[in-house]
Amino acid sequence: MKKIKNLSKNGRDSLLCYAIVIIAFVAVQAVTAGGGLSSSMKGLLVPICAYIVMAVSLNLTVGILGELSLGHAGCMSVGAFAGIVVSTSLTDSVGAAPLRLAAAIAVGGVLAAVAGVIVGVPVLRLKGDYLAIVTLAFGEIIKNIVNVLYIGRDASGLHFSILSQKFELAEGGKMIINGPMGVSGVQKIASFTSGFVLILLTLFIVLNLINSRAGRAIMSLRDNQIAADSIGIPVTHYKLMAFVISAAFAGMAGALYAMNFSTVTAAKFDFNTSILVLVFVVLGGLGNIWGSIIAAALLTVLPELLRAVRDYRMLIYAVLLIALMLFNNSSLKRRLLEKRGMRQMEKLERAGKGGA
Amino acid sequence: MAMLEVTELGISFGGLRAVDELSIRIEKGGLVGLIGPNGAGKTTVFNMLTGVYRPTDGGIRLDGENLVGRRPHEICKMGVARTFQNIRLFHNLTVLDNVKTGLHNQVTYSLAESLLHVGSYRSKEKQMDERALDILRVFDLDGLADYKAANLPYGRQRKLEIARALATDPKLLLLDEPAAGMNPNETAELMETIGLVRQKFGVTILLIEHDMKLVSGICEYLYVLNFGRLLAEGTPDTVLKNPEVVTAYLGE
Repeated sequence: MKKIKNLSKNGRDSLLCYAIVIIAFVAVQAVTAGGGLSSSMKGLLVPICAYIVMAVSLNLTVGILGELSLGHAGCMSVGAFAGIVVSTSLTDSVGAAPLRLAAAIAVGGVLAAVAGVIVGVPVLRLKGDYLAIVTLAFGEIIKNIVNVLYIGRDASGLHFSILSQKFELAEGGKMIINGPMGVSGVQKIASFTSGFVLILLTLFIVLNLINSRAGRAIMSLRDNQIAADSIGIPVTHYKLMAFVISAAFAGMAGALYAMNFSTVTAAKFDFNTSILVLVFVVLGGLGNIWGSIIAAALLTVLPELLRAVRDYRMLIYAVLLIALMLFNNSSLKRRLLEKRGMRQMEKLERAGKGGA
Repeated sequence: MAMLEVTELGISFGGLRAVDELSIRIEKGGLVGLIGPNGAGKTTVFNMLTGVYRPTDGGIRLDGENLVGRRPHEICKMGVARTFQNIRLFHNLTVLDNVKTGLHNQVTYSLAESLLHVGSYRSKEKQMDERALDILRVFDLDGLADYKAANLPYGRQRKLEIARALATDPKLLLLDEPAAGMNPNETAELMETIGLVRQKFGVTILLIEHDMKLVSGICEYLYVLNFGRLLAEGTPDTVLKNPEVVTAYLGE
């Protein structure tokens, strides 16, 4: 009987995640249909979806695997620019925008995963602060590479160069990525619905992973790496697995995000974005997936809601953030949790007299 | 041929010779104790047997297969499991999931099945649940399967650690001070449990212990370590009467 209760507890958390997302989607659609959503709010819908995917995927690295990554925006950047190249290249051949978006997101995810492997293999031998700092550097490297990347397309295909534009485009050709100027004239093909579908896909994979053999192996590394090693868990293999899956979803989020703006530059995916996503994860609770969803959505909307107070907007945002963090780590909350733990212990003592 | 053959094992940390010329033989099915005063190098021996440290010299063979130079998770697959002096559980996982993690290499399914929950996912998970509960039942922990490991009382955490080690289906089980921090009643119960484990799982056991009562009560053979060297070996009766051993423990 206990076993069934246990399974349903995991199941309850997963169901809660899906419920939050689906209810929010339906509610927003209803409000939009009723004309109750301002245009600036509408503009936030796709970024919110992208940030939710970013937060859930970063939670996989930070909360589930237990390794601090400060370069998550780097993976997002890889996905964003890969996605733009794909969708632009397919403009003529594939008419349907959702198909082009799906292809862009898929390729963005794959390339970000490749970046994840390239970075992960050497980096995951490090631990704690060292790992955090190297991932930070990785994010900056990606940003600087994209900053000097020139990609153009003409009838003969794609042209690449680095540092300066070293190719000539034929008649009718078009620059896709133009160095520090980034990308302009992107077709805005991302929609709220596609964001919603991507969130569901992310949740499906991440929640399934957590409730599986591989997921347990990953969580065991977080709780005690030496013990995990001693019971036959290949440490590097599972660290890399979590890191790469996390990177892949960041790439997909990046592609979705990029298709929502007509202009995208590498500077958008900098250290600040990595930290922003980390704030979502920490505020929502490490390892708590539905917490990440809510934190990402709230904190993306909050600056917009505070627009009414104009000049004090960022000040209030900062104060609220500090207050929320303090509560999350407060003795009040700890006491509430301890009470729950105590109740468990009491029940346990009543249930099992005798035994050590 | 003995199941575990340790020959002239030694390890140096810089200038410190932590273990020197240690030879141990354990027959299949044996229950052997490794004792010695604090700092004698007992846990260091365990760390070499499980691949955490790489010995500077000497050899370790399990059923004739060389263990030196292998990674801890490989050695576990070859049939050596251990517990730790300072308990190392997966605190945020449930009691059941701790043991299921121990079953990692026993019941397997692919990454795709993990991510999509298709194929044999359901049947294999069910199989894992059943096997884990069977093991937990031996330790009277099955009723606590859905509790977080961190919320268990100390004595039960020790038992859970043994349960998790047994889930890896070891030939050789290494217990590092299983009775540490236990009161006499708990120690007595633990002795019973260890006997039961040996019988039920058919494992060979090597245990480190300070508690002389536990050692003389259940071990068939003892190795005494002092300053990294073998001081004495033999049956508990002879070893514990050995004046050198008494001196090592109590001082001159």
